[in-house]
Amino acid sequence: MDLSVVISLGYVLASGLFIFGLKKLGSPATARKGNMISAVGMLTAIVVALLDQGIVDFTWIAAGMVVGGAIGAIAARAIAMTSMPEMVALFNGLGGAASLLVGWAALTPDAATFTLVTIVLSILIGGVTLTGSLIAYGKLSEILGSGAVMFKGQQLVNSLIIAGVVGSAVMFCLQPTDPTWLYAVIGLSLVFGIMVVIPIGGADMPVVISLLNSYSGLAACAAGFAINNNVLIVAGSLVGASGIILTQIMCKAMNRSLSNVLFSGFASVANEATEIDGEIKPITAEDAYYILEAATNVAIIPGYGMAVAQAQHVVKELGDLLEANGAEVNFGIHPVAGRMPGHMNVLLAEADVPYDQLLEMDEINPRMELIDVAIVIGANDVVNPAAREMESSPIYGMPVINVADAQTVFVLKRSMASGFAGIENPLFYKENTRMLFGDAKETLSKLVRELSG
Amino acid sequence: MNGAEYLLFILMLAVFLGFELINKVPATLHTPLMSGANAISGITVVGAIAIAGNGNQDLAQWLGAGAVALASINVVGGYMVTDRMLSFFKKKEG
Repeated sequence: MDLSVVISLGYVLASGLFIFGLKKLGSPATARKGNMISAVGMLTAIVVALLDQGIVDFTWIAAGMVVGGAIGAIAARAIAMTSMPEMVALFNGLGGAASLLVGWAALTPDAATFTLVTIVLSILIGGVTLTGSLIAYGKLSEILGSGAVMFKGQQLVNSLIIAGVVGSAVMFCLQPTDPTWLYAVIGLSLVFGIMVVIPIGGADMPVVISLLNSYSGLAACAAGFAINNNVLIVAGSLVGASGIILTQIMCKAMNRSLSNVLFSGFASVANEATEIDGEIKPITAEDAYYILEAATNVAIIPGYGMAVAQAQHVVKELGDLLEANGAEVNFGIHPVAGRMPGHMNVLLAEADVPYDQLLEMDEINPRMELIDVAIVIGANDVVNPAAREMESSPIYGMPVINVADAQTVFVLKRSMASGFAGIENPLFYKENTRMLFGDAKETLSKLVRELSG
Repeated sequence: MNGAEYLLFILMLAVFLGFELINKVPATLHTPLMSGANAISGITVVGAIAIAGNGNQDLAQWLGAGAVALASINVVGGYMVTDRMLSFFKKKEG
């Protein structure tokens, strides 16, 4: 059989394995196997690519794979689960960078216009993915401030950059032999990636990560067009589609449109002074223990604060003790709790909480009235009743977990500062709310000691 | 069909398939899904391999070699980290 036929069939097999693997990734019971299947698909594609007769020298291929593979393997092993969002962002950016380089390398003096267009697209999307992901990485790992960066004339600057990108892309396609336009496209797309992500604040990160994830797929897809390779197109568009779906789910969970998330940080919303009636009622861990001991139905609602305090293991311990005490314990997970889609689920899974104990917002809300104690750990905006009650609130209309409907609400909170978005939370002033101030992990450890003592 | 139309045809089918596949994934798996998909986007390595091995010692080869290294980080790191995460997911016993 002709070698090129073997190569083509190999790519077909690899695409099939990617599709099958992604399908299996859709259910917790088969997800691990699905990831394996998709990895086998990748291995198949790489082996087949190495059969290519155009390859005369394997030195640099081997060098790249060994160095890259080693870095990837070490990073994957060393990273803590709480740092997962920035790790995913970083890997994502590297994928974008690779597509940028492939698009660039695919440039030949006799390239057809269609190829030139796809080269520009892979450079552009790859470049935006690279710097956008690096900024996201910086914000998530708190190397950079996590707040939204806004300045006067930002819209104008961005419009100029977009015009510059489009202009130099067109000029590049018209004059592919003049490297000036190529460098202009590369430089501007890198700058554009930075500009796209800096105005987005920490709480909106789940949307950004999903979107960048989608871009990295689209960049691979564009590179596939540039070098005429099916498997890049299939795999890239699968990733692109999955990223777009996640982006949509995240936007819906915040009741905001994608353009709203991308172009207007919460910070720009004028904070109207709203009077909230009621007073803050602090409670000690000892008193909280007496209430918890009597509870038969407890819900735990974690947020980003749980990740920051690395409190997932103590949370699990508390849950176990409450269960041993005869209570039913469930976790209520808001879709945008944390810094990336499903962030809380991964942390709790790491702490050995079974996934069938994790309820989605739509599952836990109808049964909230039956719950004796709802424990809010480091979550703020996703449990803010202002989203339902106060039309003047910037988050009005966002679906939230209705913890205020529970008999008693404990809020574990470091201090009275408002959440990331800077929005007052009337939950803290409710009749049935008690505040447990202090480090979440310490407070939980105290409760655990009381319960096991 | 010529080359470009054929590739666009594949693109369209793959996009629809992607939407169908991902639409029903439960929220609990969103992070592994994302990092698993991310690993797949390292497929660029396949394109980079042929370029890095062209033996011409030209700019394209160096760009290709860089792309192989970056994409390999993405692929190896992405799959391993996804597997690590998924190894935590357990159903309640008994």
